[in-house]
Amino acid sequence: MSKLKEIAKQRILVLDGAMGTMIQRYKLEEEDFRNEALKDHPKPLKGNNDLLALTRPDVLSEIHAAYFEAGADIAETNTFSSTTIAQADYGLESYVYQLNYESARIAREVADKFTADNPDKPRFVAGSIGPTNRTASISPDVNDPGYRAVTFEDLKTAYYEQAKALLDGGVDAFLVETVFDTLNAKAALVAIDDLNTERNVNVPVMVSGTITDASGRTLSGQTTEAFLISISHMDLLSVGLNCALGASELRPYLQVLSERCDFMVSAHPNAGLPNEFGEYDQSPEEMGEQIKEFMEQGWLNIVGGCCGTTPDHIHEIARLANQFQPRIKEAYVD
Amino acid sequence: MNIPPLKLSGLEPLVVTAETNFINIGERTNVTGSARFARLIREEKYEEALEVALDQVRGGAQILDVNMDEGMLDGKAAMVKFLNLIASEPEIARIPVMIDSSKWEIIEAGLQCVQGKGVVNSISLKEGEEKFLEQARKLKQYGAATVVMAFDEKGQADTYQRRIDICKRSYDLLVDVVKFPRQDIIFDPNIFPVATGIDEHNNYAVDFFNATKWIKENLPGAKVSGGVSNVSFSFRGNNVVREAMHSAFLYHGIKHGMDMGIVNAGMIEVYDEIPKDLLEHVEDVLLNRRDDATERMLAFAEKVKGDGKVKVVDNSWREASVEERLKHALVKGVVDFIEEDTEEARQQYDKPLHVIEGPLMDGMNVVGDLFGAGKMFLPQVVKSARVMKKSVAYLIPYLEEEKKRSGDTKQSKGKILMATVKGDVHDIGKNIVGVVLGCNNYDIVDMGVMVPAEKILDEAVKEDVDIIGLSGLITPSLDEMVHVAEEMERRKMDLPLLIGGATTSRIHTAVKIAPKYSGSVIHVLDASKSVGVATKLMSESKHELIEQVKQEYAELKVGHENRQDEKAHVTFAQAKANRTKITWEGYQPPKPNFLGVKTFDSIPLADIRPYIDWTPFFSTWMLKGKYPAIFENPTVGKEAKKLYDEANEMLDDVIAKSSLTAKAVVGIFPAIADGEDVKIFRDDSRGELLDTLHFLRQQGKKGKDIPNISLADFIAPEASGLKDYIGGFAVSAGFGTKELADKFETDHDDYNSIMIKAVADRLAEALAEMMHEKVRRELWGYASGEALENEELIKERYQGIRPAPGYPACPDHTEKEILFRMLDAQNNTGIELTESYAMFPAASVSGFYFSHPESKYFGLGKVYEDQIDDYTQRKGMDKNVVEQWLAPNLGYK
Repeated sequence: MSKLKEIAKQRILVLDGAMGTMIQRYKLEEEDFRNEALKDHPKPLKGNNDLLALTRPDVLSEIHAAYFEAGADIAETNTFSSTTIAQADYGLESYVYQLNYESARIAREVADKFTADNPDKPRFVAGSIGPTNRTASISPDVNDPGYRAVTFEDLKTAYYEQAKALLDGGVDAFLVETVFDTLNAKAALVAIDDLNTERNVNVPVMVSGTITDASGRTLSGQTTEAFLISISHMDLLSVGLNCALGASELRPYLQVLSERCDFMVSAHPNAGLPNEFGEYDQSPEEMGEQIKEFMEQGWLNIVGGCCGTTPDHIHEIARLANQFQPRIKEAYVD
Repeated sequence: MNIPPLKLSGLEPLVVTAETNFINIGERTNVTGSARFARLIREEKYEEALEVALDQVRGGAQILDVNMDEGMLDGKAAMVKFLNLIASEPEIARIPVMIDSSKWEIIEAGLQCVQGKGVVNSISLKEGEEKFLEQARKLKQYGAATVVMAFDEKGQADTYQRRIDICKRSYDLLVDVVKFPRQDIIFDPNIFPVATGIDEHNNYAVDFFNATKWIKENLPGAKVSGGVSNVSFSFRGNNVVREAMHSAFLYHGIKHGMDMGIVNAGMIEVYDEIPKDLLEHVEDVLLNRRDDATERMLAFAEKVKGDGKVKVVDNSWREASVEERLKHALVKGVVDFIEEDTEEARQQYDKPLHVIEGPLMDGMNVVGDLFGAGKMFLPQVVKSARVMKKSVAYLIPYLEEEKKRSGDTKQSKGKILMATVKGDVHDIGKNIVGVVLGCNNYDIVDMGVMVPAEKILDEAVKEDVDIIGLSGLITPSLDEMVHVAEEMERRKMDLPLLIGGATTSRIHTAVKIAPKYSGSVIHVLDASKSVGVATKLMSESKHELIEQVKQEYAELKVGHENRQDEKAHVTFAQAKANRTKITWEGYQPPKPNFLGVKTFDSIPLADIRPYIDWTPFFSTWMLKGKYPAIFENPTVGKEAKKLYDEANEMLDDVIAKSSLTAKAVVGIFPAIADGEDVKIFRDDSRGELLDTLHFLRQQGKKGKDIPNISLADFIAPEASGLKDYIGGFAVSAGFGTKELADKFETDHDDYNSIMIKAVADRLAEALAEMMHEKVRRELWGYASGEALENEELIKERYQGIRPAPGYPACPDHTEKEILFRMLDAQNNTGIELTESYAMFPAASVSGFYFSHPESKYFGLGKVYEDQIDDYTQRKGMDKNVVEQWLAPNLGYK
C-alpha cells in the first residue's frame, strides 16, 4: 500500500489551494513568461502559467511553500495545462516534457524540505493532470454534432507524455482533475495504466470530476454517479469533485459520491461561486463552515481548495481537518 | 462471496442488482437485424437512424445495442460516427451503449467514443486463449462490461454441456488470469432458432434455459444475456407469433436466471395477454414438449398471421397552439416538425421577423431559464439551439422576400461584426443577435466562435465595420473581452464595442471592460435590446447614448469599488506593515522659500477666472458631459452653451462690480511623519510642536506590491533624518454670495440664485487651484519651472497633491479644526467653521499640501475597529464621536 493511502486512512489529508489565484498576486508580465530560450518565441506567452516552471520557478516554490506552511499535506504540481494539446495554443508542444518534469521537481524539492523539517507530517506531491481544452465526447460545432476536435488516441498520447515526465520529476501520485468530459479522463487513466505497467510501479491515482452547474451534471452531461461508475474500473486512490462550484453547491453531489464510492473521497471546491467578475470572494471562515459539515458527516478523506482559494483558506481547512476522522468505507480498509 | 452489482452508465447510471428486473437491450440499431436501419446507415441518413435509437429508448430500452457489421459498410467509421452522434442526443445517451461487433477493431474504436461504462458484445475463445485474454485486458482498461459468447476454437456451443464447459473455461480465465470483475461478465449461451424442422434444433431453447440456470448457480457474479429474436427466426413475417415466442421465451429465460436480452424494446407482448391457444403452441416448441410441436406450431401460425403490435408515439403535444408547439420543440430539442410549425407560425404572424422575436425567442428564454435552474444540461441546450437554427434557416428566405416586398432594400443601416471570443465555443446567443440585427437591415459579419482578438480587430478594419459585438458564455471569456478592449485601445480604434452573452453583466462591463477602452463600451442584455442600441449608435444622437452609458458605468464602478473594500480587508497591523514604500534614502525634500502662514486678501476675481474648471459646473445643473465637448452634444449642447454664456455674463458682472470677495490663507510648516500621524513644528529648528495631524490608512486587501496607503506615508519619517514639510490652505470666493443669492430669491429668481452659488463655487475651486500653483512655483518653490495650461491643471499633471479633510483620502471632517488652527484661518480669512465642520461661506475650500513626487490621491475605503481604536486614542477623542464622523467608512457595525 502506498504511504499516501496509509496516511489517508488515519487522518483527513489536506490538498493545497488555487495556483492561478496565487500567481495572479504576482502581477506577472510577458517577460516573466520568457527565458533565454523563449525570448524570440513568436506567440504571446503571458497567462501560460504552466510555463513559470521554466521562467519563474521561484514563484512556484513560494506558492508551494505558502500552502505547506498553511498546513497542506499534498501539493499539486503547476501542470494543469501541460499537455501537448493544451500547449498547442502557445506553440509550446515541444516543451511539455520539460514543463512537467520541472514543475514536479520544484514541488518535490519544497515538499522534501518541509518533510525534513517535520518528519511527523510528510508532504506529498500530486501531479496535476487537467482536462485539456478539448472534449472527446462533445462537438465544438453545433451544426456538426458528430464532429470531434480530439480523439481518444490523441488524448492518450498527450497524457502519457505528461504522466511520464511528472513521474520522472518525482510525483507521489497523479491527480486527474477538473474532469468535465469523462472520456478525456478515461484516456488519461489508460495512459497512466500503461505507464504503471511499463515501469512496473503502482503510482496512486486520484480522479476529481467537475459538476458544472445546478443541473448536477458534468459538462458532458453525466450525473455524479454515472461519472463515478465510468471510472471505477481503475484501481484509484480517490474519487472526488472540484472546481465550478463552491462547497455549499457541491454538497448534494458530494453526498452521492460518499455514499456510492468504493474509493476514498476527495473534494476541492472553489471559494464560493464567482461574482459578476468571475472572481471568488468567499472568506476562509465561510468556506470552512461548509467543509466542516462535510467532515462532520464523515464524507471526506482528502480535502483542499480550487479556484479562488488561498493559503488562508487552506489554513482554515487544515485546522478543521485535524478535528475530524476520515471517511471509512469497508472496501478500502484492506 | 460478496460481489458488487454490475454498474453501467450512460449519462445516467444503470445498476443491476438482484432486485433489478430484466434489462431490455434495444436491438433495432443493428444493421444485421434491421433492414431499415441498415439502409439508413448505408444511405448516411443519420438523423433518421438516430430516430430509430430514440424509439428504442422511448420504448423502454435500458441499454442500446449498436451493430455495424455489414459487408458493404466501413463498419468502424459507421460505429464511430453513430456513437458520436448518440453522444449529442441526451435522451439516447442517457442509457449505456452495447458495442456489438464480431470485429475487435470496431469494438475498440467504439470504446474510444463512449464516456460511460458500456458493454461489449462480444469476445470469446473463438480465436484461442491468447486473443481472448488480450482483449479482456483491454476491456478492463477501457472500463467496459462484456458479453462472452459460448464459442471456442471448435465453434459455437450448441449443446447444454458445450455451453457450460465453454462458459466455465471463459469465466476462470477472466477471473483468475485477467482479474476481470466477475459482475462485469455477461454470458451469451447462444439463442438459436427453434421450430426449424431440423430435429437437432428442437432442444435449443431448453438447453439455453438450463445453461442459464447452471451459469447463475456456478459462476458467481456472472450474468446471462442473449439475442432473443433469433429464437423465432422460422416465423419471419408473422409478428403475432414472433412476439408471442419472444415473450414466452423471456418468461422462461428470466425464470431460469436470464438477466438481460437483446429485444425489440416496446414490441414485446405481455406474457399474460398472449392468447391461451397460441401460448400453448409456442411453449410446446420452446420447451420441446411434444415431438410434433413444430408442425402444430407452423399450422397454427397460418391462422394468426398479423402485423403484431403497432408502435404508438405520444404526439399529444401536437394538439397545442403553434406557439406551444414551437416551445415544446425547442425545450425538448425535437426537430421533426419544426419546419411545418415554423411555416404555420409564419402564416399567422404579420412578418417572419415576428416569429423569431415572438415564439422562438420565448421558447429560447424558457430553455435559458431551465438551464439556469439546473433543469436542463448543456447537451440538451445544444439540441435546442439546433432546433432554433433550423427554424431560423427556414425563415430566412421569407425575411429576404419581406425586405424586398416592403421596398426595404435601401442600403444597410450599418455593418456589425459579431464574434464569440477566443476559448469559447458558444454561439447560440450570438447567432440570434445576428439574425435579429440582420432582419433590421444591418450587415452582419459573423466570425463564428473561438476568434482571437487580433483576428476580430483585423477583420473589423478590413471590413470597415461600424460596431463590434463580442459574445461569450463561459467565465474565462470575460477576461478575453477585457483583452479585446485593451487591444482596441492599443490600436487607437474608436469603434463602439458591444458586450453580450450569458456570463457577461453590466457591472463587469462597467468595472472591467469599459475602463480599458476610451471608445464606447456597452453591455447589451439580450437580442431584443441589440437593435435599439445599434440604431442609436448609428444615429445622429449617438453621443447622447455614449455619454449616458459612460456616466452610468463610471458610477457603477465607484459603487463597486466601495463595496469591494468591505469584503476583503487586512488587520490594521498588516496594513501598517504594507505602507507605501518610499525610498527616503537619497531623497531630498524640497525646502520651502517661505515658512509660516501667509494671507491673501481681496484677490482679483479676474485673476482667478482662467483657472475655472467648467465641467463640474454643468453637473451642478444636471447636464452630463465634459467641457468644452459638451457644447457639441446634440441634446444638451445648446442648453449647456446657454448656461455657460449666462454664467460668464454673471461673472463679468460680479467682476465689474466686485460683488464677491476672494480671500486665501496658505501655510507651510516643518513636519515629521510619526507612524500614522504627522507632527507639525513651529519653525525649522523643530523644537516646538505646533500641532499633530492624524491620518487614516486603507485596510482593503491589496494585490501583491500594492500598498495600503495613508497620507502620512508621503511625509518623511524621523528615522530618515530628512527635513520634510507639509502645507495647508483655506480659500474662499464666497464672501457676498449669500447676499446676492438672497436678493435673487426675494425677487423669486431661483435660477440666478443657483447660478451665483454655482459661479462662486467654481471661483473657490479655481482659487484653490491658483493658490496651489503659486505654492508649487513660488512659496514652496519646488516646481518653479512648471508651466501648465489650465487643461493640464485640471488633470492634475503636477507634482504634489492638495487633499481636503472630509474627502476620500482623509474623510474625517474633524481634522479641519486642526488645519484651521494651524492657519488661524478664521482670523486670517473670515471663513468660519460651523459646528458640523462645514465651512461658511459655502464657496470655500481647505486642505493640505504634500510635495512628494509619489504622493497621490486615493480613496480610504473601509476601515475597521482595530484602526479606529488606535485613531481614537491618537486623537484623544471619544470613540463614539469618531465613529459618528467616520460612519460611511466603517467596515464594522
